[in-house]
Amino acid sequence: MLTLDHIQYQVGENNTSKNIIEDISFSFLENTLYVITGQNGSGKSTLAKIIMGILPNTKGKIFLGKKDITKKSIQERVQLGLSFAFQQPVRFKGLTVKNLLDTASNHQYSIKELCEYLSMVGLCARDYIARPLDEKLSGGELKRIEIAMTLAQNKPIMIFDEPEAGIDLWSFDDLVKIFLMLKQQGKTIIIISHQEKILSIADQILVMQQGNIIAHGTPTEILPALSTSTKCIKLVEKGGNHGQN
Amino acid sequence: MDKIDQELLEQIADLHTIPQGSYSIRKNGKVWDRNSTSDIEILPKKDKEGIDVIVHKNVKNQSVHIPVMITQGGLNDLVYNDFYIEENADVLIVAGCGIHNVSTQTSKHQGVHTFHLGKNSRVRYVEKHLGIGNQGEKILDPVTNVFMEEGSTMHMETVQLGGVSHSVRDTKATVADHATLVVEEKILTTGKQSATTNFEVVLQGKNSHAEITSRSVAKDHSYQSFDSQMIGKEECFGHVSCDGILVGNARIDSTPKLSCQNVSSTLIHEAAIGKIAGEQLTKLMTLGLSYEQAEELIIKGFLS
Repeated sequence: MLTLDHIQYQVGENNTSKNIIEDISFSFLENTLYVITGQNGSGKSTLAKIIMGILPNTKGKIFLGKKDITKKSIQERVQLGLSFAFQQPVRFKGLTVKNLLDTASNHQYSIKELCEYLSMVGLCARDYIARPLDEKLSGGELKRIEIAMTLAQNKPIMIFDEPEAGIDLWSFDDLVKIFLMLKQQGKTIIIISHQEKILSIADQILVMQQGNIIAHGTPTEILPALSTSTKCIKLVEKGGNHGQN
Repeated sequence: MDKIDQELLEQIADLHTIPQGSYSIRKNGKVWDRNSTSDIEILPKKDKEGIDVIVHKNVKNQSVHIPVMITQGGLNDLVYNDFYIEENADVLIVAGCGIHNVSTQTSKHQGVHTFHLGKNSRVRYVEKHLGIGNQGEKILDPVTNVFMEEGSTMHMETVQLGGVSHSVRDTKATVADHATLVVEEKILTTGKQSATTNFEVVLQGKNSHAEITSRSVAKDHSYQSFDSQMIGKEECFGHVSCDGILVGNARIDSTPKLSCQNVSSTLIHEAAIGKIAGEQLTKLMTLGLSYEQAEELIIKGFLS
């Protein structure tokens, strides 16, 4: 279980400070697919990066089981079982897809096995395994490779920040199948997304607004209220499924 | 061949033993071993130190190795090597110099290489530089002159990946009609090392083409300078690219000069120098690497 205990993230100082994350407490259970949604600027990606240790929370604690991982580095969190796929993949001059998949898998797999991860995200492995992750790859190709890296890491907790961004419709269906497969494997999956199809496969949807989780529940409970932001606010006003444990 | 010789030859010329075919191996300012074939002749110069390498007309899929080893402190080795690549020949030339200097004195090698590429000939030239030893300075100052005839192709790969205290590399090329020059340079400097590269390329032929790519990493307090001058005298295309990564308190200067002297010449210069991008380090850390491991992998990839 991954537990967030009164997490706050503040930027700026004194008079100009602003809370990007106000005060979030939530527990992510094993073998569950969570989708975090909400308007742009509501703090979704920031929260995901705080969980991964990419951004340091200003207040609060993060627990993995009973272990306090608040001060743990990114590398230590990876060793403890977390992985993260970025919304905007990074390019590297000279490093190949194989170099990165090898690193992701900690050199555990053969080339054949690494190629299977590329195939899973709809890339012809033979054409991509030796290619550098440079400007010659399109955004969509990079995005699929980013997801393949996370799959190759094969960690118990997988965080995907807007995995659908830059993915074409055909691949999007395959992406949804991948998430369902990961769910069957018993992973804890946390996806930041606006996509209705991804929201619909969630076990739990978390709705964020202005740095808080304002609602959470099953798709049946949450989706009807999500058609407009006004309805999201109504959820809070009704007091339904407020996102604090 | 002792262990040091073996190590140097492996690193600079990928040689595990004496090569087959034509070769000339130089050690501590003297010819150590040499072999000439009917396809590729190697002749000693009569007026000064050095050799003439003649790759005969229409010779294909052949190679010649001319590595230099210096294991003696205080040596200043100057050598002149001329290469005559005759019409339609296609050859791989593996050069390079390794200095193993454990003395307190400075050891220096300067190879002045002049290439004469005949019509439609092709050359791939690989040159690796290496310095080993912590005390005496190891200096390498290569000079390369390239004269390219119509339709010829020269592909130069130069690598200096550590241990060289100071280097100044001067390269000048004249490119004729339909000829192509490609240069790929990779340099790593650490500590207080310095490396200076000066290119002067004259695209004087119609549809001549030149691509110069420099990738460099400067660490600690080291210094690098990349100075390129490209002159387009005819309808031609030239591209110079300089990518540099700075680590610590290092410095890299890049000075471009493009001179388009014909309305149909297209010359481009690109330069990007800076520290390793934070998002690259973060991405690799999310794959399980420490900051230092991520930095090392990025540099290794960049220079690969």
